[in-house]
Amino acid sequence: MMPDLGKYAETVLSAYAVSLVLIVVLVLLSLRRGRKVKAELEAVEKKVGKNG
Amino acid sequence: MTLNRLWAYANPKTFIETTDRVLPAVSVLAVLCLVTGLVWGFFFTPDDYRQGSTVKIIYIHVPSALMAINAWLMMLVTSLIWIVRRHHVSALAARAAAPVGMVMTVIALLTGAIWGQPMWGTWWAWDPRLTSFLILFLFYLGYIALWEAIENDDTAADLTSILCLVGSVFALLSRYAVNFWNQGLHQGASLSLDKEENVADVFYYPLLVAIAGFVLLFVALVLLRTRTEIRARRMRALLARERMG
Repeated sequence: MMPDLGKYAETVLSAYAVSLVLIVVLVLLSLRRGRKVKAELEAVEKKVGKNG
Repeated sequence: MTLNRLWAYANPKTFIETTDRVLPAVSVLAVLCLVTGLVWGFFFTPDDYRQGSTVKIIYIHVPSALMAINAWLMMLVTSLIWIVRRHHVSALAARAAAPVGMVMTVIALLTGAIWGQPMWGTWWAWDPRLTSFLILFLFYLGYIALWEAIENDDTAADLTSILCLVGSVFALLSRYAVNFWNQGLHQGASLSLDKEENVADVFYYPLLVAIAGFVLLFVALVLLRTRTEIRARRMRALLARERMG
């Protein structure tokens, strides 16, 4: 299944690996911050609602 | 009438309600196109007669470079909307796009360097396109740092919008440097409206699918991150109001 990349195997695989890692990290950090901020806002709205 | 309907999305509540419906579909399409384009390109295309298997790097390098430039141009449009119409969502969309554009720039620079080592015999050259891309990366860093450094959201939006206007020169330079400076190492564009100048069809079609995947990934991430920025801004406003009264 794996194509024969010949003498450039290391070059091609490292380019793909670095790129995919960066993309996955960006997606995970975006999702994590999104969830965190949403939960924090809900807590603040609840608190402000009680006080006001 | 159409423009008035477009401005409705500048309302944070409408924006979040709309993206609630749109975001899942865009995300699924992004994953489908990315997986299809990259698997097609990596596993089912031949080696190039000159570049060998390194031609497979094109499916990441070209789309990421394209998005690095176009992300900045999208930030330029939303920054101009902020300057002219003072819509907070547009300023926050620009802020949300910056880290995505920066990562795309890093991917383009790294994959270019990895490809350049065996093909050009060097990781880096002070070539017009490479240099303008490096400057674009520095502009992304500066833009993100400026947002973080200024506490007042409106002031931050004003100053980052000006920075974005200045940086647009380098975004355009990155795009067209290969056309008017031909002393560099970087080859001409891989894609063109003129079919004669495009890469061969066997590489072209998977490349188009990979580009569609990167565009959709960018749209999905910007929508997701803009929602986060809208919520973060509302939270800061609520906390400030509570502190005052």
